[in-house]
Amino acid sequence: MAQIFHPSTNTISRFSIFGALFAVAGLLWLVLFMNRSYYSTQVNVPREQPVPFSHKHHVSGLGIDCRHCHTSVEESAFAGIPPTKTCMNCHSQIWADAPMLEPVRESYRSNESLEWTRVHDLPDFVYFNHSIHVKKGVGCETCHGRVDQMPLMWKENTLQMEWCWSCHEQPETHLRPRDEVFAMGWKPAESQAELGPKLAAEYNVRSALDCSVCHR
Amino acid sequence: MKSNRSISWNRNRAVLGVLATLLVLAATGCRQDMHDQPRFEPLERSSFFEDRKAGRMQVVGTVARGELNEDAHLHTGFVGDDLATTFPFAMTREDLARGRQRFDIMCSPCHGRVGHGDGIVVQRGFRAPPSYHSERLRGVPPGHFFDVVTNGFGAMGDFSDRLSVEDRWRVAAYIRVLQLSQAATMGDLPGDVKSEFQDAMGGAR
Ligand code: HEC
Ligand code: HEC
Ligand code: HEC
Ligand code: HEC
Ligand code: HEC
Ligand code: HEC
Repeated sequence: MAQIFHPSTNTISRFSIFGALFAVAGLLWLVLFMNRSYYSTQVNVPREQPVPFSHKHHVSGLGIDCRHCHTSVEESAFAGIPPTKTCMNCHSQIWADAPMLEPVRESYRSNESLEWTRVHDLPDFVYFNHSIHVKKGVGCETCHGRVDQMPLMWKENTLQMEWCWSCHEQPETHLRPRDEVFAMGWKPAESQAELGPKLAAEYNVRSALDCSVCHR
Repeated sequence: MKSNRSISWNRNRAVLGVLATLLVLAATGCRQDMHDQPRFEPLERSSFFEDRKAGRMQVVGTVARGELNEDAHLHTGFVGDDLATTFPFAMTREDLARGRQRFDIMCSPCHGRVGHGDGIVVQRGFRAPPSYHSERLRGVPPGHFFDVVTNGFGAMGDFSDRLSVEDRWRVAAYIRVLQLSQAATMGDLPGDVKSEFQDAMGGAR
């Protein structure tokens, strides 16, 4: 019987086995890449909101403290989103006729909630708590970025497990004094390498890496 | 005969196989998404209630545990029919520090850090509040400050949802501190503070 395949196919078949390894590796890389891409994490993508509320104007322009609006961030898991009344305490007189603020006034008249679009949303199988991070000296800025420069809110970090983990592994590299937790643009006077361990000892900060810390 | 039966049996098996595959595929559509589990997060929207709020308001008149608010002095700022002239609990240094912190967060945008009524929001067009250092406001009892924060006053909205009763008293006490500090004379300062102050003022005696 005559040979069906030419001897050169031997090389091709060897090469294709080798190539398949690359194809599989490439595919895996693509999946991981997609998982970390802006497209799937939505990092740095500003969100449209029913009212174009600007942290830039209110925080750096007017110097209003985060806790004026996010009142529960020190005591509870949830930071709190301000009710319409909080806006109206000021906007009853400031920009009181601006069409931009009509949804706020409408919500105040009708007692229907404004529906903000969530920017940060962990999967429901993850437990997160603001109050412990605030009490142990992790600044808003460390996780949410320069909020005072955001005309519309966006996500500064992926909120993926590897991100939480990287800080929980070495919390001292990210700590600041409790008084500075709400400050934006804070820099340590001495080096973080000196300050961090001091604060970690003072606030009794552990490295919380058990799975059950975040999956409970 | 025999071959016929085996053909139909094979066909049945093929149909079954296809059906089973479809069923499995369809089932992925009804998987319970672990990312969004059937429970509500705070402030989440509900499609069940008419007002679309998952968090339910207390029925008017409900007295929840710990909310009996029996102590009129503490909760209303009134003793009998009169504004309270005293604080319902002793103000420690920590209470005043907390009062200062809350004042800076909640009140200073309008009243200014020192209480002259010239905060940033006023500079942008909000009605100017009276200065705390006016004759009249220096004379009012602390119960008045508590009442203003709890119920609002004219153009000023209330803060009862953003400050606990205790914190409202601490803020009231801090307003008193501001009033005292702005009216202080050299003679009121203790010795070490006095010399520090004089150094800062360029040694003027
Ligand atoms: C004047 C009120 C106000 C102040 C002050 C304020 N915020 Fe906000 N914040 C809001 C409102 C309203 C929203 C919801 C709309 C949005 O996402 O932009 C919000 C949203 C956010 C979100 C995103 C929430 C989400 O959807 O995931 C973060 C994070 C946040 N604020 C952080 C801060 C920080 C940090 C500060 C202080 C530096 C601050 N805010 C000060 C009113 C305020
Ligand atoms: C402490 C007072 C205060 C509160 C509370 C407040 N604002 Fe404002 N807001 C202002 C002032 C003052 C301006 C005008 C800023 C300027 O002139 O630069 C403003 C401006 C705005 C504007 C105009 C566009 C812009 O950013 O310049 C929008 C929209 C707005 N606020 C939305 C809101 C919403 C929504 C809330 C409630 C979550 C809110 N504000 C709460 C004081 C406040
Ligand atoms: C350790 C990181 C971290 C720090 C520090 C932090 N946040 Fe957050 N924040 C998050 C995460 C994660 C979420 C999303 C929570 C969720 O989906 O349940 C979030 C959500 C929010 C929200 C939306 C409402 C909510 O609670 O889900 C607001 C508002 C907010 N943060 C404000 C703040 C403010 C103000 C501070 C500073 C006091 C702060 N955050 C500090 C990680 C952080
Ligand atoms: C920048 C640093 C930092 C980041 C980022 C961070 N954490 Fe933390 N977290 C801390 C510190 C510090 C503590 C306090 C640990 C201690 O001493 O108990 C803590 C504590 C916690 C606790 C409470 C631990 C307990 O024992 O009850 C939870 C839950 C938690 N973090 C969840 C998260 C999740 C979920 C994320 C990611 C979305 C996250 N953290 C991201 C610094 C961080
Ligand atoms: C500091 C908080 C934290 C700790 C500790 C932690 N996780 Fe996670 N984990 C997360 C967060 C946040 C997510 C969600 C990531 C996302 O949104 O893609 C997650 C997701 C997961 C997922 C689902 C992955 C996916 O893509 O759906 C698994 C599985 C998981 N974690 C396992 C573990 C195990 C096992 C441990 C213990 C070794 C652990 N986690 C410890 C925060 C944590
Ligand atoms: C949005 C701006 C604004 C904020 C924030 C604000 N106030 Fe006022 N406040 C006013 C204005 C305006 C008046 C004058 C009201 C009038 O006469 O119609 C006033 C009046 C007062 C008065 C004097 C009442 C009188 O007898 O004349 C007191 C006391 C007071 N505020 C306390 C507070 C305290 C305490 C806070 C913080 C918890 C606070 N205010 C926050 C705007 C504000």
